Amino acid sequence: MNDQREQLLTRVRKALEVPAEKPAGHHDQASEPRIAGKHAATEWLPLVGPSFEERLALYAKNAKELTADFRFIQGGIPALVAELQEIAKTEGWTGVATHAGELTEAAAGALGLPVVRTECGYDVDALEKCSAGITACEALVAQTGSVLVTSRSSGGRALSVLPPHHVVVARREQIVADMTEAYALLASRYSESGYPSMISFISGPSRTGDIERILVLGAHGPKRLTVLCI
Amino acid sequence: MNITLFVPCYIDACYPKVGQSVVEILERLGHTIDCPREITCCGQPSFNSGYWDETREVAVKVLDRLKDAEVVVIISGSCGAMVKNFYPELFKGRPEEAAALALSEKVYEFSDFLVTKLGVTDLGARFPHKVTFHDGCHGRRELGIKAQPRALMAQVKGLELIEMEEAETCCGFGGTFSAKFPSVSSAMGEGKIASALETEAEYIVSNDSSCLMHQQGLIDRQNKPIKTIHLAEVLNHR
Amino acid sequence: MSTTPAAAEFKKEAAVITRDLRHRAVIRGALKKYEVVRDDKKARFQNWQQARYLASDIKWDAVNHLDTYLAEFAKNLEARGGKVHWASDAAQAREIILGIVKEKNAKAIVKSKVMTGEEIHINEALEEAGYEVVESDLGEYICQLRKEAPYHFVFPAMHLTRGEISQTFTKELGSAPTNSPEELTMIARRVLREKYIKADIGISGANFAIAETGMISITENEGNARLTCALPKTHIALMGIEKLLPKLSDLALFLPMLGTAGCGQLLTGYNTMYGGPKQPGEADGPEEFHVVLLDNRRTDLLASSEQRDALQCMRCGACLNVCPIYKNIGGHTYGTTYQGPIGSVITPHLRNLQEFKHLVFCSSLCGACTEACPVKIDLHHHLLQSRRDAIAEKAVWWERLTFKACAVIFNHAWVFSLGEKLGRIGQIFHPLIKNTPLDPARAWTASRELPKVAPQTFREWWSHRK
Ligand code: SF4
Repeated sequence: MNDQREQLLTRVRKALEVPAEKPAGHHDQASEPRIAGKHAATEWLPLVGPSFEERLALYAKNAKELTADFRFIQGGIPALVAELQEIAKTEGWTGVATHAGELTEAAAGALGLPVVRTECGYDVDALEKCSAGITACEALVAQTGSVLVTSRSSGGRALSVLPPHHVVVARREQIVADMTEAYALLASRYSESGYPSMISFISGPSRTGDIERILVLGAHGPKRLTVLCI
Repeated sequence: MNITLFVPCYIDACYPKVGQSVVEILERLGHTIDCPREITCCGQPSFNSGYWDETREVAVKVLDRLKDAEVVVIISGSCGAMVKNFYPELFKGRPEEAAALALSEKVYEFSDFLVTKLGVTDLGARFPHKVTFHDGCHGRRELGIKAQPRALMAQVKGLELIEMEEAETCCGFGGTFSAKFPSVSSAMGEGKIASALETEAEYIVSNDSSCLMHQQGLIDRQNKPIKTIHLAEVLNHR
Repeated sequence: MSTTPAAAEFKKEAAVITRDLRHRAVIRGALKKYEVVRDDKKARFQNWQQARYLASDIKWDAVNHLDTYLAEFAKNLEARGGKVHWASDAAQAREIILGIVKEKNAKAIVKSKVMTGEEIHINEALEEAGYEVVESDLGEYICQLRKEAPYHFVFPAMHLTRGEISQTFTKELGSAPTNSPEELTMIARRVLREKYIKADIGISGANFAIAETGMISITENEGNARLTCALPKTHIALMGIEKLLPKLSDLALFLPMLGTAGCGQLLTGYNTMYGGPKQPGEADGPEEFHVVLLDNRRTDLLASSEQRDALQCMRCGACLNVCPIYKNIGGHTYGTTYQGPIGSVITPHLRNLQEFKHLVFCSSLCGACTEACPVKIDLHHHLLQSRRDAIAEKAVWWERLTFKACAVIFNHAWVFSLGEKLGRIGQIFHPLIKNTPLDPARAWTASRELPKVAPQTFREWWSHRK
């Protein structure tokens, strides 16, 4: 194996000995010229306002467009629990799955339904049969309407994608402006201690456009994504 | 200004009125025109076919014959791109490179020359027709021409421009490509013409006669209710 | 053009499909929907064009320091318990993957979309060795059931209507016919759920690999890759060596650009980074995580001083979606793993220039691809360069002769004028042979009328006038 590694890397190095010039864009005159100077991605990516209200509004707008059900809830944990109970009742849930955490435990525990916990290993069939997976998250990204989950924050890899309904419980402080801020947050949390083995930006429920480019929800993952934010 | 006019081979042979219109327009603006007889073709067909040695045989002559010109106007975005963008590449690392770069600096496509170099848009033309515009790909993407012809057309009395959805989509001419892959080329042209027909325009106007030659060829074969015309003829119409 | 079997096949298929109006309508319809959402998302960027310059810079740096980034990636991933394999060519990659599958005593294998898998024909190799492999991406699954190659490397089943897909499902899965995309999707969902739960090996691709953290990143919409990388005990990711990015935070730019250019989504449904197998204290995830780094002649392209930037490609498919050639000949006509402009650029390098030179010639060089490419690859210009290289290697004698003759004609104005006069005479008689095998201009006249040499050429007019 080391041999193959050396062979491949040697070929790469040898190829790179040939100096190459970066194309100057002469053949793309329909596109505007470059703005000189050093620029960061945030300057060009979709704009996000500085205030909390603007970010909240943008998150809500993007989530709606992604057909995620985003609810900003006043009244703390009790209100969140009530909201979730309402959803469970309307949808006729028979069991849920969740993981350790203040919000998740409060939410799942109050439903009076069987609860599968994933943190210490679980039975895949049991998880598959749950009506919903209730998870916490690392952050909500206003710029894209995404939920940022990791295997550490959200009960592993499967919980947020196997059950047909993914419910995210979050706090308002968790709304970050943009992708750059989301990665900065991950770095501040994990670059020292080690990153979780899975990091995922979830943008709306599972979807496909593979048939005539017509949008269908719930291709393989959840058909519904609900974000409850207090 | 002493303007040296580069009349591409197919314009010379098949579309002389395009060249005549350009001469008349520029003369009316008070410029002196020279059309060197010995310049016939920029060499693009062989260049795009991969025969760069053969292209250089033609291109060195062009370089030589245009070296003393004050400014060169080419009546085609495609040939303009050849001389402006590709001659320097063709002669890269060769003795003629400096001459190619020098020529590149003083070459203009016709509509670009009027608007950018001369700062003229109103030529006193009248063309009481509904038209749609085809952006030739080389003019658009190699030379960045888009606003210039539109600025010129905006001043033509009676002209109504209706943009087609596929204005910037290739019509499928592509030089020797049109003969190497005629079925693909024609299918692309059909798409273009369909898009033009949607506008219900009477004319497809363009600053590239080569694209129009291909489109007109399809229009004639399929009896489509639309005509093609070069921008210069529109601008010279009163 | 001297004709190879691949070129002959290509020309034949192109001639048929370009006349297929139904095909034309299906593709236009599908791409129209894409264009609308893509333009909407591009407009949300503060500046899409400037973002392209930035993305291009980052990729250029990555490609030009590929050795460093590959080594860094491998070191970081190995530190987290991942296994890195180095495959020089397709055969080695297949051997590595088969080796893992055998060692694990696998019974069922589930795959999420892996274009490099198509490149090395991994499904055929696994099936031949007696393993069941199931594609889990809906489009790929449909193609697999139909035993067809993907039509587009992002939208594999774009060429099919719901009716055709329903027929395929009825035939292969025994499901009741339906006209609803929703129901069809649910049929696939039910079948594939079973497969996930049973599978002991998951094979995925990777859209990016991060040197700084030893992670791979997968972009998808359906959640099939998420499941592929969550449930099976072993996860194998196969990727080309060019996928490297220096820093994790680079994805803040690349994920939205890939989503926007590729699908018209600011972010696709799931953008997931994997760094190793299940880590201590985590709830689930594979016990083993293997990454297979594939060269397969990418280093030949890397050694090209002119076309190295083609390795910046992130396979978003934007260049296919705007390509008038692609739209008219469709994905299957190319006969290659990678279709469209990028396929025509890289296939001659990854395989053989002479065998695939028809691809570099089958372009009007319109440059729509170059304008669309989010990482600013000089796509259409590379086609031109490859034409030059193909001819320098092996010219076509009669073409060379023709262009030599043209050079003489063009360089002598009187010969040129004489030619015009002859043309004027010739066109009197031309109708007699027009569009017959005797017609030297038949390539043109089969579908188009020829322009006429004018009674007075421009030069004649000019000299009279003086
Ligand atoms: S070449 Fe550019 S546009 Fe085409 S697939 Fe690659 S990144 Fe996308």
